[in-house]
Amino acid sequence: MGLIKRVKKNFSSIFKNLFKKKTAKIGIYGPPNAGKTTLANRIIRDWTGDAMGAVSNVPHETRRARRREGVTIESNGSKVTLDIVDTPGLATKIDFHEFMAHGLEEEEAKRRAKEATEGIIEAVKWLDDLDGVILVMDATEDPFTQVNVTVIGNMEARKLPLLIAANKIDLPESSPARIRSAFPQHPLVPISALEGQNIDALYEEIADHFG
Amino acid sequence: MLSMKRSRTISGDIMIGVQMDLISEEKMAAMTAMEKIRLILDGVKDGKIIVLERGLTPTEEAKLIEMTMTEITPEDFPGIEIESYPSSQNQKLIDRIFRKPVVRTRLTVIGPANQLKTLKKDRDLISALVSSQ
Repeated sequence: MGLIKRVKKNFSSIFKNLFKKKTAKIGIYGPPNAGKTTLANRIIRDWTGDAMGAVSNVPHETRRARRREGVTIESNGSKVTLDIVDTPGLATKIDFHEFMAHGLEEEEAKRRAKEATEGIIEAVKWLDDLDGVILVMDATEDPFTQVNVTVIGNMEARKLPLLIAANKIDLPESSPARIRSAFPQHPLVPISALEGQNIDALYEEIADHFG
Repeated sequence: MLSMKRSRTISGDIMIGVQMDLISEEKMAAMTAMEKIRLILDGVKDGKIIVLERGLTPTEEAKLIEMTMTEITPEDFPGIEIESYPSSQNQKLIDRIFRKPVVRTRLTVIGPANQLKTLKKDRDLISALVSSQ
């Protein structure tokens, strides 16, 4: 890319940040079972009264991306309208035996595995069509997973805003500080999507970050 | 998938083990994104551990995940284990305004999901176990 084009592109990005737009398409990303759909349900329920999708302890419960348009979040004097996309959990491997360990029959486990691979492809493709990402990490797990590294790398390369939700702080073994020290360059809010703990701080950050 | 390989070494000895391919930055730089992904997936599906000196860009990593999903088969290929250090970008203000962002990718290890398991990972250390099955 030529120097003039690069300067133009970078100044355009700076101006876009100065005059923030009021609608953004935001993807909720993360590894399986991090609590993405639980968070999506919490946000949709709090601001529209509906729900997004079913949740369960079996990995890859969400196997199709779901979009909810026009969710308006108001916090601390800021107001932002978002299209929220709840994506299937990203992974680099799908083993149907894992589903059988959760009690599924072999045929059902294989079908679920096949659907899960399709869901992951869909989630990767959505990355090209978003204005920002809420990356949900399980605060009880090691934050340096490849999924987290890949999503963060993609957002940084595209210069798109990223907000980390360090989920499951209701569990005693959770450590949002471990995530913060792993990715100090991005804003982080410790939450429990299940219990609603600290969720107002997340809304404040969403309104500020994606507005 | 064959997990153990019987190969002849440079010195002519026959050895049985897991093959590792260590690929230089220069070799990868000469390839397109799809060529890199094909090289990795073909190697991993053949039971090899692939070590990339300079890794893949975040976009290539996402594409690799996407391609891997299309090739998963229930009995033979459950997918890949991939571990790379977090990449970094040029951070100086002058660079961010006037230059194209340069993503500094780092060493990456990729292998069959049923043979390569990560034990521990942080910003500068990847500890992994390679099994024979």
